[in-house]
Amino acid sequence: MSKNTVNIIIDGVEIEAQEGQTILQAADDAGVYIPRLCYLKGLIPGGHCRVCTVKVNGRPASSCTFPVSEGLVIENDTEELTTLRRTVVEMLFAEGNHVCPACEASGNCELQAMAYRLGMLAVTLPFLRKPRELDATHPDVFIDRDRCILCGRCARASEAEGKRVFGFEGRGINKRIAVDGEHGLKETDLKAADRAARACPTGCLRLKRIGWKVPVGQRQYDTTPIGSDIEQKQPVG
Amino acid sequence: MAKPLVATAPFTGCFGCHMSLLDIDERILDLVELVEFDKSPINDIKTFTRPVDVGLLEGGISNDENYEQLKLFRKHCKILISVGQCAITGGVPACRNTVPLKECLEEAYLNGPTVVDGGVLPNDPDIPILLDKVYPCHEVVKIDYFLPGCPPSADTLWAALTALLTGKDVGLPYELIKYD
Repeated sequence: MSKNTVNIIIDGVEIEAQEGQTILQAADDAGVYIPRLCYLKGLIPGGHCRVCTVKVNGRPASSCTFPVSEGLVIENDTEELTTLRRTVVEMLFAEGNHVCPACEASGNCELQAMAYRLGMLAVTLPFLRKPRELDATHPDVFIDRDRCILCGRCARASEAEGKRVFGFEGRGINKRIAVDGEHGLKETDLKAADRAARACPTGCLRLKRIGWKVPVGQRQYDTTPIGSDIEQKQPVG
Repeated sequence: MAKPLVATAPFTGCFGCHMSLLDIDERILDLVELVEFDKSPINDIKTFTRPVDVGLLEGGISNDENYEQLKLFRKHCKILISVGQCAITGGVPACRNTVPLKECLEEAYLNGPTVVDGGVLPNDPDIPILLDKVYPCHEVVKIDYFLPGCPPSADTLWAALTALLTGKDVGLPYELIKYD
């Protein structure tokens, strides 16, 4: 064991982690899936969707921002945390205007796949039903804010590419994703090939003219739950 | 023992969920052995005459008739199941929820590109009055189970119904829970 390794315990199983990693990164490397939405590998963690909440030594914390240290005892796959995460996902569904049957991201959507994985059958919270703005000005990319969950992945990806096309504006319930162009996306530097244009977990920021290309039944999450790729890395325990 | 009674309701949906129920193919013969249908568009029985065990609800609640019928279903059915995305979320009809009703009607009947000779808002007294929004069934009455899908596949309906009617746990496998 090198001196840069620490041992942490997730759901009773000891795993080896590298110092400087977050709990979520260490879990990924060990083949343990912690549900997440605003985290995207390679980007600075946002820490705001709270879907990756775990209990660290008994206290809730977002695993995508919490650094590992020797001896951490972490709860992840428990009924309590699954219920909490499902409620967070329900709140996202209740706040936006997510119409899965009419959405081209359906089947490839991380929000929807997360709801499947967490066993959400219905949104039991009242729907907010607030109108949100659509931006179809760009030739290759559109923003349908009805489907935005404010994960900020587009903003962080764009910043990482040195463009800063996206950002947040407004606060609280009025927070929304904004673009660096007075009259919409067409005035920004965004290109279809940018990572930012492909960072969206839902159907909010999508490339034009590729929707519905993959038939139902063959889409990413039709038969395999989200997180399976990580869990298949290696058997735990 | 008498067969369990099942009633079904078409609210603001497309009848796709009812079609999916018929899509269970030859298993419909087993279903007929298992249950008896009461009020339903499938047999065209229009009124409740006795207490019903299971009510299957398709569609959201968009007008006064939907609302009255849903209240009636709650009153007569021991178990109510929201079937499909319209019953569960309002679905596609609920896309109008972010637009004021007046604007929706004016766009459809007065200002729309296909309107000729000025148009007129529908005002026949036989037409149900629209509600301000399209509501999921569980925002109106207590709902006991949810079967998501658009529509829920025949397999989903079959698995859930047979489990429920034979007293087993309605635990659906991953492949059978879909919102589209």
